Amino acid sequence: MKKIFFMIVLAGLLVLLITSVMEMPGIGSIDNPAYNEVTRYYVENAVKDSNAPNIIAAIITDYRAFDTLGETTVLFTSIAAVISVLSLGHHHKEHNNTDEKVEKHHG
Amino acid sequence: MDDLIVKTITRLIIPFIQLYGIFIILHGHLSPGGGFSGGAILGASIVLYSLSFGLEKASKKLSHETSSIIETAGILWYIVLGLVGIFMRGFFLTNRGAGFPMGEAGGVISSGMIALITLGIGAKVASTMITLFHTIIKED
Amino acid sequence: MELIISIIEHINYIAAAALFVIGLYTVLTHSNLLKKVIGINIMETSIFLFFVSIGYVSGGSSPIITLGEKQIFINPVPSALILTGIVVAVSITAYSLSLIIRLHETYGTIDMDEIMALRGEKS
Repeated sequence: MKKIFFMIVLAGLLVLLITSVMEMPGIGSIDNPAYNEVTRYYVENAVKDSNAPNIIAAIITDYRAFDTLGETTVLFTSIAAVISVLSLGHHHKEHNNTDEKVEKHHG
Repeated sequence: MDDLIVKTITRLIIPFIQLYGIFIILHGHLSPGGGFSGGAILGASIVLYSLSFGLEKASKKLSHETSSIIETAGILWYIVLGLVGIFMRGFFLTNRGAGFPMGEAGGVISSGMIALITLGIGAKVASTMITLFHTIIKED
Repeated sequence: MELIISIIEHINYIAAAALFVIGLYTVLTHSNLLKKVIGINIMETSIFLFFVSIGYVSGGSSPIITLGEKQIFINPVPSALILTGIVVAVSITAYSLSLIIRLHETYGTIDMDEIMALRGEKS
């Protein structure tokens, strides 16, 4: 009963998304708004500014290196979060085990 | 897991996987790839070793503290490379205005800061994969 | 006839929309926590497909400049933006999986209906 209700609502969402997507210019046409003067500058001047034939490597480490620094910070934050969540549980289990051993020895 | 076929094939094939990963990292400015995919391939080779040989032997090769040190060294190396630009009277994180050796277009040692940043990112992503795997699998 | 030609020209965007709706249905319907994490990953994959296929130019080659020839290259800017997005998706999956491990240690089950029933009894 709930599944059929979900399916009807999501089918309505799918119809809305598809009718919005059909308004965009087709795949592969060169006059879509994403191919603007920033892209033309990057394609023409990447080798002159940084001597690297790979345009994407020149974009993410030379023109926009600050965004890559932010992404490196995200990787570091995820490691810190995982270690802080998981080692807390392991320490709790060790404390409980040593408390039980002390009680058995006394009793 | 204790399987003889998996152990033999793993021992034969891990040097080739690591060689391929190091090739992708070093040629990050010449061919498709770059720091992130090369680092993922290197991390996957160590994860394969610790899956087929058990967790104790993998910890002896690359302990938990070593991979934590490599990971913090990666992000500190990135910031030091950015601060070089400020000391040479330029902006933060510049390439040509900070005096890095440029070389000629198309060689392996060329284009200043790009190769050094790619090395740092590759080491950081590889050690992130290893540390995440060992933290989630450890059970003591 | 023009409708079929128009559908074939926009096929990447339609596939991205369909994947998004499939991922959203997976998150809302199943009560197992691991399946919800997989549904979130499917939604993120659909957004990556949508973004990268904006930059395609028909007849273009991959953006590596070989000296001496003049070619048409595809748009490199959306691909460079998505590299950061993929790393963020991996970080979110790793953190949510570690939270599921802690939930299993505390309650003994990963089913969301049983966890909410157990929490309803305690308080």
